[in-house]
Amino acid sequence: MTFELSHFTAAVVFAACASTVFGITQRNTSREMLRYGAYCFVLFVGGVIVASWAMWLLKH
Amino acid sequence: MANVQNTTAVGGRAAKSGAAATSTMAIIAPLAGWLLPGLGHLIQRRWIRGLLLMLAVFIMFFAGLGMQGKVYAFNTGDLLDILGFVGDVGAGLLYFVARAMDWGAGNIQRAVADYGTKYIVVAGLLNIISAVDAYHIAIGKKQ
Repeated sequence: MTFELSHFTAAVVFAACASTVFGITQRNTSREMLRYGAYCFVLFVGGVIVASWAMWLLKH
Repeated sequence: MANVQNTTAVGGRAAKSGAAATSTMAIIAPLAGWLLPGLGHLIQRRWIRGLLLMLAVFIMFFAGLGMQGKVYAFNTGDLLDILGFVGDVGAGLLYFVARAMDWGAGNIQRAVADYGTKYIVVAGLLNIISAVDAYHIAIGKKQ
């Protein structure tokens, strides 16, 4: 079974899975886990968007 | 007086058996967590955390395979290949099943396949973090 993900979708899936593990393993209470997981997810996806625009600006 | 001594002796035995259970769990939990993602948490009754960790690692590993990522075999060649193997092996049984089934041959013609390779390596690394977390729960460092 093979499937084709766009670059952005691949980055979002990666961010979701990594944030889940980071949130659970790096914090102690459920609330902190949720907050830290969301924070990591936003940083992952935000980093992708910022890097994409930076590359676009470099090209143009 | 005798009662106090008996209580102390019973308390001491209970503390010893508790410590033995903790030390046994401190060995079993990370090993189980490494072999099957999330199992280290599940055997310590952290059901939701265990299931979420299992889901995250499974999705990453199988998405990587679905994108035709490469599963590294044991090698003593290029440093990046050696590190790729170390990362992959972190996925425990998933890695051995993938190797046994000959999955993860890789495909250099697809750009996304390279993402798949990284997905598989990161799935292994995330599983190692999960196993360490299971160990911390077992020794009481974390709830």
